[in-house]
Amino acid sequence: MSKAEKKQKAGSRQILIPLIALAILAIFNLIVDPSFFSISLGVNSQGDPVLSGNLVTVLDYGAELAILAIGMTLVTAATGGQDISVGAAMAISGSIMLRVLCGETTQTSVLHTPIIVALLVSIVVAMLFGAFNGALVAFFKIQPMVATLILFTAGRSIAAWINNNELPIIDDPKFGYAGGFIPGIPIPTPIFIAVICMIVIALLLRFTNLGLYTQSVGINEESSRLNGLNPELIKLLTFVILGVCVAIAGWIKVSRLSTINYSTFAKDIEMDAILAVALGGNALSGGKFNMASSILGAYVIQFLTTTLYRMDVSSAAISAYKAVVVILLVVMSAPTVQAWAKNMWKKLRPHAAVKEVG
Amino acid sequence: MKENAVLVMKNIHKSFPGVKALQGVDFKLREGEIHALMGENGAGKSTLIKVLTGVYGKDEGQIFLGTDSQEVTIRSPQDAQNMGISTVYQEITLCPNLSVAENMFIGRTKGIRQDWKMMARETTRILKSLDIPAEASQQLSTCSIAVQQMVAIARAVDMDCKVLILDEPTSSLDEQEVEKLFRLMRDLKKKGVGIIFVTHFLDQVYEVCDRITVLRDGSLVGEYEIADLPRVQLVSKMLGKELDDLSDIKGETKTKEKTSDVPVFETEQLASVAGIKPFDFYIKKGEVNGFTGLLGSGRSECVRAIYGADRVTQGKVKKNGKEIRIRKPLDAMKAGIAYLPEDRKNDGIIGDLSVRENIILALQVRKGFFKPFTRAEAEKFADDYIKLLDIKTASADTPIKSLSGGNQQKCILARWLLMNPEYLILDEPTRGIDVGTKVDIQKLVLKLASEGMSITFISSETDEMLRTCSRLVVMRDGKVVGELSGDDLTQSKIMSTIAGGESKNE
Repeated sequence: MSKAEKKQKAGSRQILIPLIALAILAIFNLIVDPSFFSISLGVNSQGDPVLSGNLVTVLDYGAELAILAIGMTLVTAATGGQDISVGAAMAISGSIMLRVLCGETTQTSVLHTPIIVALLVSIVVAMLFGAFNGALVAFFKIQPMVATLILFTAGRSIAAWINNNELPIIDDPKFGYAGGFIPGIPIPTPIFIAVICMIVIALLLRFTNLGLYTQSVGINEESSRLNGLNPELIKLLTFVILGVCVAIAGWIKVSRLSTINYSTFAKDIEMDAILAVALGGNALSGGKFNMASSILGAYVIQFLTTTLYRMDVSSAAISAYKAVVVILLVVMSAPTVQAWAKNMWKKLRPHAAVKEVG
Repeated sequence: MKENAVLVMKNIHKSFPGVKALQGVDFKLREGEIHALMGENGAGKSTLIKVLTGVYGKDEGQIFLGTDSQEVTIRSPQDAQNMGISTVYQEITLCPNLSVAENMFIGRTKGIRQDWKMMARETTRILKSLDIPAEASQQLSTCSIAVQQMVAIARAVDMDCKVLILDEPTSSLDEQEVEKLFRLMRDLKKKGVGIIFVTHFLDQVYEVCDRITVLRDGSLVGEYEIADLPRVQLVSKMLGKELDDLSDIKGETKTKEKTSDVPVFETEQLASVAGIKPFDFYIKKGEVNGFTGLLGSGRSECVRAIYGADRVTQGKVKKNGKEIRIRKPLDAMKAGIAYLPEDRKNDGIIGDLSVRENIILALQVRKGFFKPFTRAEAEKFADDYIKLLDIKTASADTPIKSLSGGNQQKCILARWLLMNPEYLILDEPTRGIDVGTKVDIQKLVLKLASEGMSITFISSETDEMLRTCSRLVVMRDGKVVGELSGDDLTQSKIMSTIAGGESKNE
């Protein structure tokens, strides 16, 4: 009976997994070089005040991943599978934005349409692609990874085709605000966007039944159906929500660059997004999830990347280093290892075990 | 006293956080006996068996195995299997996506080479010798639950076990299949296998068992020869009080025909993709009726069609004489129909969710996506029903899957009662749960009906249906073959209707 009870306890402790990972990274940096944590207020080339420092970088560049992790968590929970097309889909939505903003020209300092319109168009398109993935998964019962493999393969070609394989560049500094700084505000804009996304999802989870429904469908689809839920619709919905996340992340990313490179834009970010969910201690087989934990997981990954850059690891080698650390983190958070650690702990302190039982 | 004990468990203790599941339980199994392990839900039967099969480690106590009483430590189910302890669990634990033959041999082959031909041949032989209607190459999930169960037993039997544990093996079998199983059990008994038989069916205990060990609240009540322990005594030992509840309920008059003449719900030539023949059916306000028939006769499929659980292919459902459209469960829920499904594990519970979430789920879904209950509301609903139905759970936050079967069932029942339905369909609500809870549920059914709820009650135990229902629809091979009420409601009449006229002696 209580195996599950223990699990429940572990559930409330789930957020400890990314927190501990974060703490380990922080301590590591503290030992190697305490100046890692310094934050300074400087002035950028436009003469506006900007905050800089490694922590700011983590929060800034972790924004896309954190936003994607939100959608990926929901998809994982409801379908028990992952969307591997988010990188390609980000390229599509970024490409769409550029196309809408530039019109026919390839280099422009005059925006053809307001940024908000371009953003809305790209959100709608990303939602459609999400719905496409979702429909394959929900109605045709294709495994999510296989279903999204289609867009994973085709996405970057579609992105290139949208702009006739040209690389539009936008010179208007306003376009760079989303991925950089709004004049006068020293905090990077992506941080605000990520926070807004988090607030929105928190409100959604609080004031709708999104959480209950997705978890319910992910745990037992047939039961959910008999309780009046429409599992197909809910799965579709999670993919559409992920679509929105993709469009927003794509917007930040394309704004950072003011242009796009179809083959490298947001490359491999899908794997990081999935990893964020896993690092958050969520089961990739679906069911129960902890959103805050996933988001934190995203920042752990970014923290790790920043740490590695800081240590002058070459960008080509960074993946290998990352892999090693990820293996460690994942193994440490594995239930068997935790059970083993708990046992060791009990043996060391027998009276602690008694408390646990009583 | 040590007449050929094949298994002795002494002073077994096992605790889980917050629960003392076993406290100093002794158990002794002799060679060639069928030993019933009885107790209410949560009495510790399952835990004892899991300790014995290595699923759980014991906190304290000793286990001796074999006629030479060697002390053993069982670390894993694999260990147990190697020592000759085989188990068939209540819930089928085979792999539905593998073939029958693969399921028979999975985990038993040595080395990496697989002799597929031998597996197929052996499986066919075993299936034939046990008279199980399945093919070796058939995918397990295409077999009925009963057949799957029998395959699980066949697998255990084939493993040359000294101790065979049957944990509620009969709960999804119909009478003939149970008979077949009993024949098998007696055969094995003659060969000297000790069998531990866990069941809630008292009849079955008295039919095949030699001894009974009774547990209550994790402690041993006693071990008895079957002849020394009359049924009533057994029940009172299990419940820990003298009890005439069982007879009580019999005395209570069944639902008096409270006839408002118009049926609340009726169906006309309803049929679904599940392969039932079109059927007509009606239920009045405050009526308790039932569908009966052998396993697979289509009694569940009928109610599933009414509820919209299977896609309806023809016919209509009327409420108070007016046609309503039910295309999916939500439509039925909105029309005031509630359905407690037969397969609790796959269709009922949402395992990882808490008791509270499981209880409020249906009502929440009916209320709507954008209107979640507040935490306080949900807690109140859950707490009310935990109290009302006496659900034994550590807290409302406990995941439902960690509750015992009967308590899970109560949660699902709570879920539907919370909807305050006009028409409650209970498909095998008493399967695999203890006597006390069974009685509770039957009483509740009668009480709800007297308050005006219409209830359809399906059970494979004819006794229960006779006790609660005032009208029975009899089914055979997906077809309604008769309807019994009033004086016709007797065992023999039901049997003869099921059998199709040629009355079988009961």
